[in-house]
Amino acid sequence: MATSDEFRKQLEALRPYLLRYASLQLRDAAAAEDAVQEALVAALAGEASFAGRANLRTWLTGILKHKIVDAIRRQAREPVASAEADEEVGDVDEVFTERGHWTERPAAWGNPDGALEQSQFFRALEMCLERLPSRTARAFMMREHLGFETGEICKELSITPTHCWVMLYRARMTLRECLQQTWFGK
Amino acid sequence: MLLSCKETTRLVSLGLDRELAFGERVALRVHFAICLGCRRAGRQMHFLRRAVRELSGREFPG
Repeated sequence: MATSDEFRKQLEALRPYLLRYASLQLRDAAAAEDAVQEALVAALAGEASFAGRANLRTWLTGILKHKIVDAIRRQAREPVASAEADEEVGDVDEVFTERGHWTERPAAWGNPDGALEQSQFFRALEMCLERLPSRTARAFMMREHLGFETGEICKELSITPTHCWVMLYRARMTLRECLQQTWFGK
Repeated sequence: MLLSCKETTRLVSLGLDRELAFGERVALRVHFAICLGCRRAGRQMHFLRRAVRELSGREFPG
């Protein structure tokens, strides 16, 4: 079918975007490749269900999101390498004095929701996410992008709830600081 | 209970992951009333959640 060829081409054109999206969450090049491949295969098989929908990228991202969740659940069943388990997060302590006050008061971000209208902002956000240590980033993306409950994140990453909360806290503080420097403070 | 800024930001973050107890919410409110920095940081962490949810969810022309 000629349309299928055309459809395949359109899907392939989106591969780099899909890989970036999957890598951001899985932090493992091979796992990201696999998830994207699975999503593309599923998309090709489901061409009919796409027919008439407004946006190919959005549709495809939705399929990929499910594949990413599957991959996370699969990985959870594999033992964690000890070196990876020990990898730790940058400290947020330096933004506070010994007595727990801000060393420098956070600046105002005005009306930050305006940034959500700009593609450049999302690039900045992605760059900040890429700078996070991988386990921290995974936990954070599972929580804030994929909407996992903390209990499930702890289970998947084999960590205690307290450790999980600390990781998420550090991720938020680090990202806040990064966005201040790369976006809102400019 | 009087919180430091560090404890306050921790509690804000915790509130994004589980429901806070009544005492925790009160302690937050008391601290926010006197601390502009923590009010801002709190809003910014909530904004971060909205932004990360929207990641890849938007279409931009071009």
